[in-house]
Amino acid sequence: MNYPLDPYWVVALKALLVVIGLLTAFAFMTLIERRLLARFQIRLGPNRVGPSGLLQPVADAIKSIFKEDLVVEKADRVLFVLAPLIGVVFALLAFGAIPFGPPGSFFGYQPWVLNLDLGLLYLFAVSEMAIYGIFLAGWASGSKYSLLGSLRSSASLISYELGLGIALLAPVLLVGSLNLQDIVNWQKENGWLFLYAFPAFLVYAIAALAEAARTPFDLPEAEQELVGGYHTEYSSIKWALFQMTEYIHFITASALIPTLFLGGWTMPFLEVPYLWMFLKIAFFLFLFIWIRATWFRLRYDQLLRFGWGFLFPVALVWFLITALVVALGLPRSYLLYLSALSFLVLLAGLFYSPKPVRKGGGA
Amino acid sequence: MKDYLDLDPRVAEEPRELRTEVMTLNVGPQHPSTHGVLRVVVTLSGEEVLDLVPHIGYLHTGFEKNMEFRTYTQVITYTPRMDYLHSFAHDLAYALAVERLVGAVVPPRAETIRILLNELSRLASHLVFLGTGLLDLGALTPFFYAFREREAILDLFEWVTGQRFHHNYIRIGGVKEDLPEEFVPELKKLLEVLPHRIDEYEALFAESPIFHERARGVGVIPPEVAIHLGLTGGSLRASGVNYDVRKAYPYGGYETYQFDVPLGEHGDVFDRMIVRIREMRESVKIIRQALERLEPGPVRDPNPQITPPPRHLLETSMEAVIYHFKHYTEGFHPPKGEVYVPTESARGELGYYIVSDGGSMPYRVKVRAPSFVNLQSLPYACKGEQVPDMVAIIASLDPVMGDVDR
Repeated sequence: MNYPLDPYWVVALKALLVVIGLLTAFAFMTLIERRLLARFQIRLGPNRVGPSGLLQPVADAIKSIFKEDLVVEKADRVLFVLAPLIGVVFALLAFGAIPFGPPGSFFGYQPWVLNLDLGLLYLFAVSEMAIYGIFLAGWASGSKYSLLGSLRSSASLISYELGLGIALLAPVLLVGSLNLQDIVNWQKENGWLFLYAFPAFLVYAIAALAEAARTPFDLPEAEQELVGGYHTEYSSIKWALFQMTEYIHFITASALIPTLFLGGWTMPFLEVPYLWMFLKIAFFLFLFIWIRATWFRLRYDQLLRFGWGFLFPVALVWFLITALVVALGLPRSYLLYLSALSFLVLLAGLFYSPKPVRKGGGA
Repeated sequence: MKDYLDLDPRVAEEPRELRTEVMTLNVGPQHPSTHGVLRVVVTLSGEEVLDLVPHIGYLHTGFEKNMEFRTYTQVITYTPRMDYLHSFAHDLAYALAVERLVGAVVPPRAETIRILLNELSRLASHLVFLGTGLLDLGALTPFFYAFREREAILDLFEWVTGQRFHHNYIRIGGVKEDLPEEFVPELKKLLEVLPHRIDEYEALFAESPIFHERARGVGVIPPEVAIHLGLTGGSLRASGVNYDVRKAYPYGGYETYQFDVPLGEHGDVFDRMIVRIREMRESVKIIRQALERLEPGPVRDPNPQITPPPRHLLETSMEAVIYHFKHYTEGFHPPKGEVYVPTESARGELGYYIVSDGGSMPYRVKVRAPSFVNLQSLPYACKGEQVPDMVAIIASLDPVMGDVDR
């Protein structure tokens, strides 16, 4: 589908808006996460700076800018400085392709920064490049903890990435386009994609959690094990850039899941252009914070096993089923039934699986 | 041409193979999960621990040596500072040893109060163990939950002793003073919620598949090895060895209380966690029984040789003034001899070995500190495991560095 192109100055303006918006969102996500975690943990959280702590991000920003910016002696100076920048730049790049409303809903212009026919591939490429930030940071720090952290991040990358990529093939096959706008429009007409590809949705959501390096997959920076992981040696604004990268990934992931599987900005009833998109993003952000407050961290060999042994096969099987349905021209409702079945299997698994108990008495 | 190649050593060199190297990683003394200032030097192959050497001494404070220059009563200022999490165990172990040395008689009410507070302290210690142990496995929330109950217990301590950590409450031949009136009702309130909370905490990890993944079969210490390494306390019982000093060599009235000794089977991180959670339930049981027995009565040995006279007597009795003066300038003189009373602290067998030369200060005090001895099993348990497991194993052995270094 062709969409009218915006004039360049509007695109530039929107790009600026996205960058500023994401940076603000990052700042306030740190506050929201801390406040929410505090709620989960029967404490109050930061509530001193400004009305109910609303100015806390400003205080944090000022603090991290004015702290001493150390470069470790053993560090590779160029890469050490470059690594956080790589991370942030590529994290920011991903967000622009996500549509927030119907065409022309942004004051008569398009509610996205760029509309690529290779939208999904672009997102992939860009968000995977951000791993270089982490990897190079660990390498350039000249610290063993950082090295271990960056090794972990590359190890986990290859374990969840396969599942992530293949899970996305199911919607792509169904829609027949890599364009994010097309994917959303298709969902508007035919129903949300998670109805057709529930297993893929599940795999994608889990892998997105891993991609954002959040608990239970926050191995690269596991504080209790590796002190800070890849950012152990970073301080001041460079450290803040890593935080920024992480949170922007987190926000992008929370925006991509609804775009790809939950209808994006659409809603069967009461269609308000931006509202639903923001609500869906907020829902996933909350969900991820909730998960962080609840779960333990996996060991990285366990993440590998989980990635290769569960995410990858499930995604692959569902991809093959979808491919079969599309190739043979079978009705799409088959997928609908199968997807519902897989949902029921999951529910049954959740409710009827026995609690993990050790065999053989004792403890 | 061939000759030329042969001349150049760089060319003649074998094609370089992919090499792997072991890495030496220094963990601690400043590290988020070394539970104080433990330093371990690990040899790693990737993330696998090939070798591990614990280094201690970063919290060495010379308590044992200092005790040689304090009267027997003054020593009690030092004892809680070693194991600051289960400090009543240290107070009690020391007092029991000195009491055996001088032959003091502890009145029943004082004995009950001691057991009550000791078990409360054990609860507080296990709560810290639980919170920090799960924190080391990456779960943030249990830490705050556990500290909520610990806070309530510390508040009770503050009520009784005036201090939250270093109570300085137990005296030779009894306790410093009677419990405040509000203590028992407040404790009963706490006891109403505590068992549910303990169930909640157990559900929080014992029913989490990720915890099972992380903790089962990790850091296994078989019973023979555990005994060989001198492991005691919950870590030993997790290996399935039924040894609890409170049962094996009862002291301070523990023989009259009904409680079970929870045992593990596999000796891994999972069992060490679960055994301690179950011990908390037993502690609640003991506290309940102790509350029932709390009859009014004196709380200190009436023997004026051991107990200084109460303040109000000083205004009327010359004898009291003399005793008071003797106590606070010199202290009492136990007979020559040596004594060791084993007790069960939250970390294992704890005992004070005291040598008296007949003076008013101990000639030598040696603390058999469970954390120190238990730490010996760390290299054994960690070999072949991974870095995250090592952190979990350190947490599961529950060392308190003050107790290790003394």
